[in-house]
Amino acid sequence: MSERIQLAHGGGGTLMQQLIERELKQLYPDPAAVLHDAAAFDVPAGRLAFTTDGYVVQPLEFPGGTIGSLAVTGTANDLAMAGARPLRLSVGLILEEGLELELLRRVVSSMREAAEQCGVQVVTGDTKVVERGKGDGVFITTSGIGLVEAAVDPHPTAIRPGDQLLVSGDLGRHGVAILAARHGLALQPPVLSDCAPLWPVVQQLLAAGVQPHCLRDLTRGGLASALQELAAAAGVVLRIEEERLPVIEPVGRTCALLGFDPLHLANEGRFLAVVAPDQAAAALAALEPYGGASIGEVLELQAGPAARVRLRTPLGTERVLLPLSGELLPRIC
Amino acid sequence: MVSAAQNWPAALAVAEQLARTATRPWTLMEVCGGQTHAIVRWGLDQLLPPGLRLIHGPGCPVCVTPAETLDAAQRLAQRPEVILCSYGDMLRVPGSRGDDLLGVRAAGGDVRLLTSPLQALELARRHPDRQVVFLAVGFETTAPATALLARQTLAAGVGNLTLLVAHVRVPPAMAAILAAEGNQVQGFLAAGHVGAVMGLAELEQLVARTRVPVVVTGFEPLDILTGVLRCVEQLEAGQAWVQNAYGRVVRQRGNDEAQALLGEVFAVVDQPWRGLGVLPEGGLALRGPYQQLDARVRFPEIHRPLHGAPLEPNPCIAGVILQGRATPADCPAFGRRCTPEHPLGAPMVSSEGACAAYYRYRAPVAPPALAPAP
Repeated sequence: MSERIQLAHGGGGTLMQQLIERELKQLYPDPAAVLHDAAAFDVPAGRLAFTTDGYVVQPLEFPGGTIGSLAVTGTANDLAMAGARPLRLSVGLILEEGLELELLRRVVSSMREAAEQCGVQVVTGDTKVVERGKGDGVFITTSGIGLVEAAVDPHPTAIRPGDQLLVSGDLGRHGVAILAARHGLALQPPVLSDCAPLWPVVQQLLAAGVQPHCLRDLTRGGLASALQELAAAAGVVLRIEEERLPVIEPVGRTCALLGFDPLHLANEGRFLAVVAPDQAAAALAALEPYGGASIGEVLELQAGPAARVRLRTPLGTERVLLPLSGELLPRIC
Repeated sequence: MVSAAQNWPAALAVAEQLARTATRPWTLMEVCGGQTHAIVRWGLDQLLPPGLRLIHGPGCPVCVTPAETLDAAQRLAQRPEVILCSYGDMLRVPGSRGDDLLGVRAAGGDVRLLTSPLQALELARRHPDRQVVFLAVGFETTAPATALLARQTLAAGVGNLTLLVAHVRVPPAMAAILAAEGNQVQGFLAAGHVGAVMGLAELEQLVARTRVPVVVTGFEPLDILTGVLRCVEQLEAGQAWVQNAYGRVVRQRGNDEAQALLGEVFAVVDQPWRGLGVLPEGGLALRGPYQQLDARVRFPEIHRPLHGAPLEPNPCIAGVILQGRATPADCPAFGRRCTPEHPLGAPMVSSEGACAAYYRYRAPVAPPALAPAP
């Protein structure tokens, strides 16, 4: 029988010590850190960014990542969206009784790899075990601190009519990878999650002299939700051009088959950048090596009821782009 | 993010040709909800010359399934021995009291979502101690799959599977629309996938009787614009015939095998359509030996009305919209009380319903209040 997590692994006794020593210690670049209640460390002078997020993805492993790589990368990416270099991370694990230890090892190992890729150090953490049936294998929460390197804080309120919209890469891969894993779709070739650190990409933007008015990572709800949130927060209209949206062929084909819109699918390594018109060319040059594209622009909000997010089709016609609502149900005929 | 199958310059060229061809105002109806969806999705009506109007037909199977059938399905799903299964959208359509099958499921009923009717047979085999009921809806496109399920169920001697059939036929609905008082439809776009099954014969009979042109076409922007152009060409020339503008899929005879299967399993019957009333020869019912699979025969008590009256009068004007006499935006509830999250009527539920298409692609709705995601 395979080794599994027991309630005693969270009980503070010998088994818990073993779990930390054998499985979790590898997460910490400084092994002494696990012995303390809190981490103390020096930070460079400047402005800090701080964020937290919970991860509950199913399945726990999917093509191109695990809940662990997602939990590290996702929080590091939230820091990058504040124009901040990710520095330190905390990791809270909630494990379900009966979880296979081998699966936990793979999750922890993918967290360590993701932390290295993101250039972030895990400095403190916590582990709890809940009874069988009270969790879903593994839940993870991570909090992160980063050093702001953008000269001006990117924020939705800085968005102005005339600004240009860019995405940092092609859309919808993570959503398709999760759908395929969840529904047992054997896509050929397989579509891997786009889960990846965003700070290196943001750094390229800043190095090119771009001062982004806003950055937003495209996670749950995809580009459509991100546009809706920004349009509402900034009090503007956003218009995108369908022909300019980068979507790889297998993602487009899977969406067409299942009746999904790639603009509603989740991403875990892509962001939307809003930049002043005179910086659009520099921003595009910085993002193009990553598959980025210029996709649209910011318009003034007119009086009266109007759609906040619009899409221009390749036929030159215009329609509304709404965020996804409700469950994704397969089409009927 | 544009499919390789799309030929944008060709579509725009057809739109230009249409502008040159149409010398008078014309009103066409696209019968199929799939085409309605594509028209609104791609904004194809924005490319039509002034005076050329498309009205949206009743070709949404979810929308026209009678409330009585949904009530019966809900009654069945409340029984502890029953597993009620159907296609996804059917679970969200309100019955006569405003309740839906998802609500029954939340209250403990066993309601399951299928993507293919044959999954119902698997369910029945896996649960020999339960009664599996398949709520079978759709046009001539999905009816052959239901017929196949019926044939296999009978052949395998599986005794715990029944069908609650609400299949409908398109040509009688087209005839009813033309016969209705105040009809404005001068030509039809007919759906290619129905044509692929049934061929052109039934449509030719309709045109012979009504002298209204019908063009069979597909679902891509180029298909739809070409269908509109062919129909306007006929109208301008004073012609009326069945034109197949979807030759890559539709053959004159249709699919012989599917038609034979339909004839074996189903009889053509008068059928109530939600919002349109009873249409002569408008639906299909199990015939001959297949009647023993009829859920209405196995469970005669489902005909009793549900307890209680509606909580409040439903303001849904689906019937008027399905006949093309109003657009979704004309409905006072549209986008306000009636949204895809809280549908008051079926056309807001189905992706093929005109209201859902307008809401999703066209409505200038107030932006939803969203908390920014972290």
